Amino acid sequence: MQKKLIRVAVALTAAVALIGSTAPANAAGVKGIQGGLKIAIMPKALNIGYFDAWNKGAQTACKEIGARCTYLGPTEATGPAQVQFINKIIQQKYQVLVISAADQNAIVPALNAAKAAGITIVTSDADVAGASASSRVTAVLPAESSRIGTAEIDWIAAATGSKGSVAILSAAATAANQNAWIAAMGPYLTKTYPNMSWVGGTVEKSVFYGDDDTTKSTAQFNAILAQYPDVAGIVAPTTVGVKAAAAEKKSKKAAVKVTGLGLPSEMAPYIEDGTVEKVGLWNPIDLGYVAVYAAAQAKSGSFTGAVGSTFVAGATAKTQKKYTVTAGGITYLGDPFTFTKANIATFKAIY
Amino acid sequence: MKKFTFSWDRGVGALLVLTIIVGSFITPYFAVSSNISFVIQDIGEIAIIALPMAFLIIAGEIDLSVASTLNLSSAAIGYSFRNGLPFWLCVVIGLLTGLTCGLINGILVTKFGLQSLAVTIGTLALFRGLCYVLLGNQPVNQMPDSWVKLGYTNIPHTFLPYSVILIAILGAAAWITLHYTRFGRWTFAVGINADAAKFSGIPVARMKLALFMTTGLMSGVAGIVYTFRFASSSPNGATGFELAVIASVLFGGVSIAGGVGTMWGVLAAVLELGVIRSVLQLIDVSANALLIVSGGLLLISVVLPRAIEISRGRRKIATQ
Repeated sequence: MQKKLIRVAVALTAAVALIGSTAPANAAGVKGIQGGLKIAIMPKALNIGYFDAWNKGAQTACKEIGARCTYLGPTEATGPAQVQFINKIIQQKYQVLVISAADQNAIVPALNAAKAAGITIVTSDADVAGASASSRVTAVLPAESSRIGTAEIDWIAAATGSKGSVAILSAAATAANQNAWIAAMGPYLTKTYPNMSWVGGTVEKSVFYGDDDTTKSTAQFNAILAQYPDVAGIVAPTTVGVKAAAAEKKSKKAAVKVTGLGLPSEMAPYIEDGTVEKVGLWNPIDLGYVAVYAAAQAKSGSFTGAVGSTFVAGATAKTQKKYTVTAGGITYLGDPFTFTKANIATFKAIY
Repeated sequence: MKKFTFSWDRGVGALLVLTIIVGSFITPYFAVSSNISFVIQDIGEIAIIALPMAFLIIAGEIDLSVASTLNLSSAAIGYSFRNGLPFWLCVVIGLLTGLTCGLINGILVTKFGLQSLAVTIGTLALFRGLCYVLLGNQPVNQMPDSWVKLGYTNIPHTFLPYSVILIAILGAAAWITLHYTRFGRWTFAVGINADAAKFSGIPVARMKLALFMTTGLMSGVAGIVYTFRFASSSPNGATGFELAVIASVLFGGVSIAGGVGTMWGVLAAVLELGVIRSVLQLIDVSANALLIVSGGLLLISVVLPRAIEISRGRRKIATQ
C-alpha cells in the first residue's frame, strides 16, 4: 500500500514538473516588467466557457511578458471554494494573483492574507466589495456604466445612418444597471446626433420594459412597432431583449434596425443572416489579457494602482494601449466589445 | 481482547500518518506552519458537525440538513446584524437558530415517528430556503473586525487558528461521552437494536431528540465559525458540507447501519480528508480531480469495510 502510494505520488509530481516547466524568456514589449513572474489565474470556477476565454487572454499576456501562469480554481463558483485555492497559492509562493471574485465578501480575509504574504492582486471581470477592496491593486472591469449606454447609441446611429427616431427595449423597470445606461443614452443622442430623436419625445417616454422575459420582450417589440410605425431603431440593453427583438424582426421582416447588448452565442444566427448588424458586450479575453499586464507592472513596481496612475498592455509598441485607474481603483477597458459578421464565428464558440 | 488487531479506525489513523509523511516529502509547502493553520481552518466546521453526526449515525439516524442549518445560523447572524442588533446578540441568535433547527428535526423524527433521512432532506431544502428569505440575494459584510478576525487569524504567538480550541474541547467531550458514559453506551445499544434498547429501559425517543438538538446546536457553532472565517454571511454558503460531514463520519469507521464506530476514527478521518486535499492541491492536482478523489474516498469507506467483513465471513449484529 505504502509503496503504491509513493509510486503514485512520484508519478504525479513528475507529471506536474513536466507541465510546469515551460517558462519562456521575457519577450515583452513593455519595459519594466520582471521576467519569470509566477502568476495564478483564478476564475470563479473551472469548466466555464466564459472563463476559458478569459484565461486565453491571460495566457497570451503571460507569454508576451515571459511569466509562468497557472490557471487554477475551484469547480463551484463560491467564495469559500475560492479561498482554499487562495490559501494554496499563498503556500506555493505565487507572486501575482489575477482573480475573478466569485463572492465579493467571503474572499476578502483570504485576499488580505495573500497581500500580507507579498502577493500582488488584481481582480478582473468581478471585483470585491468596494469598502474592503484595499487588498487588490486595481479591478479590471469592462466599461464605464455611462459608456455602455452611449456606445449603444453609436451603434444604432451607425445602423440607421444617424437619422430617425429610436426606442429602447429594456429589462425590468427596476433594473439598476439598465437604468444607469439608459440615463446616459438620453442626453447623448440629442447632443451627438441632431437628426435623431426619441420616439416618445424624451428618453424616459421611449423605454419599453420586457422584464428579461422572451415572450414579454417580443410583445413589447411589437408594441413599439404598432405605436410608432416609423421607428428607425430599437436599442435593447439586455441579452434577453435583444435576442427577442432580433427573432421577432426576422419573423416579421421588420425594417427597424436592432442593436444592444447580446451574447455572441445567442446572437450568432441573426448576425450571420444580417438581421442584426452589430451587438456588443464585454470581451473576457481582453479582461484577462489586460489584468495580467496590470498585475505584472504592479508587481514590478512600475504601476501603483492609485487613482490616475497608468499602465500599458500590448506586445508591441503598435498594439500597446494605455489604461488609467479611475475612482474606486477601477480600470475600465473602454468601449464594449462589438460582434459583427467579421468576428461572430470566433466568439459564438466562446460564450 | 487485549491483542492488537487491525480495525478500520486504526487503518484510518495509519493512513493519516502516512499521508502526512508522504505529503511532507513530495511538496515543500505542506508541512509548514502556515499550511497547518489553513488545513485546520479548512476542516473546522466539518469537524465540529462530524462529532454529533457520529452519535446520530451510530444511533441509527442521520441528519442531512446540517449544512443548511449551519448556513441558516450564519444567515440569522447576518440578518440580525443588518438590522442593527449588537454583534454578541447576533451570535447568540445564530446559536439559538441552530438549536431550533435541531429541535424541529428531532420532534419530527421522535414524536411523529418519521424517517430521519426523509425528514432531513425536507428540512435541508426548507432551511436553505429560509436563508434566501432572510438575506435575499444580498450577502451581509462589514461585520465588526474585532469579532470576525477570530475566524481567520491565528492565536497570537502560535500558528494555530482559534477554531483548534473549539475542536479540541468539543472533540474531547464527544470522545468521553461516546466511550466512557452511560449515554454513549445507550447510543450504541439504540443503534444495534432500537426495540431491544427500548424494552431494556433506555429512553430512546428522548435520547434521539437530544442527539438531533445537539447536532443542530453544533451546526450553529459551525455557522458562527463559518461566518467569522469569511467575515460575511450569504444565502448560498456551505453548500455540500453535509456530504463532507457524512463522508468523514463513514470514512472514520462509523457504520451507516448503526451501532458501530469510534470517535477517534471520526476525528482522524476528518483530519485525513483535510490533509489529503491539501497535499493534492499543493502538488497541483486540479479541482476536477479533487472531486473524484473525495467521491472515491467516500465510496471506499462504504464498500471496503463491507468487503473485509464478507472476506472474513463475519456478519454484523446490526439489522440488514
